[in-house]
Amino acid sequence: MKTHEYEVLVVGAGGAGLMAGLYASKTAKTAVISKLYPTRSHTGTAQGGIGAALGNEEEDHPEWHTFDSVKGSDYLGDQDAIEFMCFEAIPAIYELEHMGLPFDRTKDGKIAQRPFGGHTNNVTGKPVRRACHAADRTGHMILQTLYQQCIKNQVTFYDEYQVIDLLIENGAAAAVVAVELATGELHVFHAKAIILATGGHGRIWEITSNAYAFTGDGIAIALRRGVPAEDMEFFQFHPTGIYKLGILITEGVRGEGGVLINGKGERFMEKYAPKVKDLASRDVISRAIYTEIREGRGVGGGNYVYLDVRPESVNRFAAADGRRNPDGSPYTVSGEEIIAKLPDIVDFCRVYLGVDPVTQLMPVQPTAHYTMGGIPTNKFGEVVIDESNTVMPGLYAAGEVACVSIHGANRLGTNSLLDLVVFGKHAGLRAAEFARGAAFQPLPADPTEFARAQFDRIRNADGKENVFDISREMKHEMFEDMGIFRNAEGMQRALDKVRELKKRLQHVHVNDSGKIFNMELMNAWELANLLDLAEVTTVSAMARRESRGGHSREDFPKRDDQEWLKHTLAWVRPDGTIDLKYKPVVITKYPPKERTY
Amino acid sequence: MQVTLKIFRYNPEKDKKPSYHTYVLEALETDRVLDLLEMVKGHQDGTLSFRRSCAHGICGSDAMRINGMNRLACKTLVRDIGTKITVEPILGLAVIKDLIVDMGPFFEHYRSVLPYLINDEPEPEKERPQSAEERERFDDTTKCILCACCTTACPSFWGSEQYVGPAAIVAAHRFIFDSRDRGAAERLKILNEVFGVYRCHTIFNCTLACPRDIQITKAIGEVKAAISSGSLKI
Repeated sequence: MKTHEYEVLVVGAGGAGLMAGLYASKTAKTAVISKLYPTRSHTGTAQGGIGAALGNEEEDHPEWHTFDSVKGSDYLGDQDAIEFMCFEAIPAIYELEHMGLPFDRTKDGKIAQRPFGGHTNNVTGKPVRRACHAADRTGHMILQTLYQQCIKNQVTFYDEYQVIDLLIENGAAAAVVAVELATGELHVFHAKAIILATGGHGRIWEITSNAYAFTGDGIAIALRRGVPAEDMEFFQFHPTGIYKLGILITEGVRGEGGVLINGKGERFMEKYAPKVKDLASRDVISRAIYTEIREGRGVGGGNYVYLDVRPESVNRFAAADGRRNPDGSPYTVSGEEIIAKLPDIVDFCRVYLGVDPVTQLMPVQPTAHYTMGGIPTNKFGEVVIDESNTVMPGLYAAGEVACVSIHGANRLGTNSLLDLVVFGKHAGLRAAEFARGAAFQPLPADPTEFARAQFDRIRNADGKENVFDISREMKHEMFEDMGIFRNAEGMQRALDKVRELKKRLQHVHVNDSGKIFNMELMNAWELANLLDLAEVTTVSAMARRESRGGHSREDFPKRDDQEWLKHTLAWVRPDGTIDLKYKPVVITKYPPKERTY
Repeated sequence: MQVTLKIFRYNPEKDKKPSYHTYVLEALETDRVLDLLEMVKGHQDGTLSFRRSCAHGICGSDAMRINGMNRLACKTLVRDIGTKITVEPILGLAVIKDLIVDMGPFFEHYRSVLPYLINDEPEPEKERPQSAEERERFDDTTKCILCACCTTACPSFWGSEQYVGPAAIVAAHRFIFDSRDRGAAERLKILNEVFGVYRCHTIFNCTLACPRDIQITKAIGEVKAAISSGSLKI
């Protein structure tokens, strides 16, 4: 065991972790640990854009961005935090540009912007160009740029160190225990302030856009140490994943004029969102696709539809919609422009489907995509641990692992990248400021005891079960019954299955007894995290007897503000039972009203 | 269909030297080599170790030598390469275990070329203006995912791991030709050193290996031309 001492320790090196590391390291001795090399982080796979009301292409206002995000959240987002993010968005984008981020440019040399789902001109209700983009590689550019800035500013990294435990002493964050993957050695990172930025857990579901690494490690370790998880029932299914593979096809495709087509060859979003059609928010479109499929209008009666971005289709539908360029001319695209604006999408389709999107239709289905819930924080990234938002000293969370809550029941596209940059920065600043005035908490006598116990339990299990099979069964069941549409019976089935799998995981067999890159052991440990989070997600969902945003219940199809305009908090007690409590939503300027697009 | 997968195996805790193991499995022609490795790990040998994350060619974790060519396992389908598949670690970096190599030297080379925007002029209130043409000038080299397919396909790098390698030159190119950057002279000086850009003998292995289709040899040529001409207008 090795012990390290830092004033601020950041766990995770995606967008939020790198931003936190950059800002904290300006004034505090800081290190960033990550189970992946930073440039492997999942931020890099984000495609279409990052939202900010720059107004570079047409009139826009941060107030509009705020309202759209509140509405998109189905009124579950905390309005003070959303407003903070949407106003901070503008300087944040300019800061990224100053760091060197290669945004696409308008004709007059400004940052280019494209329309995205749920982002509107609040006067006309029409889509607005708000997503700042670098082709369909915006996340890649953000991740690379932030990593480059970390190199420039000599931020300290521990690459391929995986967090296993969070130590809390005297009610405050004290240290993190991590395993160095290359040696199997446990390290204790003793810190005054700890920022969790470990990302989400979309690997719970069968069809997912999420990386193998997205196993919810941060939330799982916090839950084991008594920190609650907020709004876990709200998980986003992105409407357009590549059929069967789940690989993301950005909303930017529809921003550039692409439309969804059912098995009968009809554009169907007009029925579900007459005003913005294919640019409605994600929950609305995913439900529409599923409804089409259930009513027999999937392609060939199957469980997928088509996304059509062939120039002749785009131009026909754009003309029908009266879509215009900012200068007033009719909107049209050519095949070359599609390739230039969406090069990676074209590449994915060619590689994985053998389909050329310029001349052919793309088969798509909704794919598990984004964790709206997570570790509860306030808008400074401070972790809050109860119904009255009591701050846990020294503990911070930012990015997808956190629930501020700015995404509420449904996140708008482009707001996740924004979330990383804005709240990563503020968590970093706040943590460094806290560290200046704080002492180290004492370490317990045996700081790695719980981490070792978790590994020993897996290594010494009696070995009838297989990690791969348990994982597959979890993903299948969760996609069936804890997906886009839910009901009491199905969720009970999911809960029973997850609990059965948790028991079976105790009898798992791990062949690899080595220390060096024992990925089999790590995968078993990660699966335990996913199962824990699947259980908390399902229990939280069963309790919420309404439909809101990404949580859509067939047995309770309406939103119920009287009873359910509140955040769920879930605790896992030492005996494994899950307690649910609730806290109010912060409402400032926008009283809840009916949500239509 | 039946696929035969021959995999380079080496566990330093047990093996004196590396060996190849062969696994036979049922697969689809649309399966990725990464899917096959997962199947082997899941049901035939859990000790098989390799890096992977995004599984669709963006994170750059799973660069491997597949049938003798550097590729990403997640971007290589059975239908692309047939049913007899050999998987080995990328060359030129020390093997730690199975398909996992030591990426340390690779990232050191990346860091050595000052891979970040250098511009100490006062920042404007809004964005620094850049025309669409200026942005296009360095577009190709912004695509790099640091997977190391190029560098570890380069015979000059095999010859000396002190050679900075194609990936680092790509990173330098991305900034040298960015109209907002002011650090070109400094980077060109670094790349004019003995283990810099002139170790490139235009063999084109890097360009062939790049899973992002970056025209690497061309980019290296542009850096060479900038050094020899002392001008970025080439």
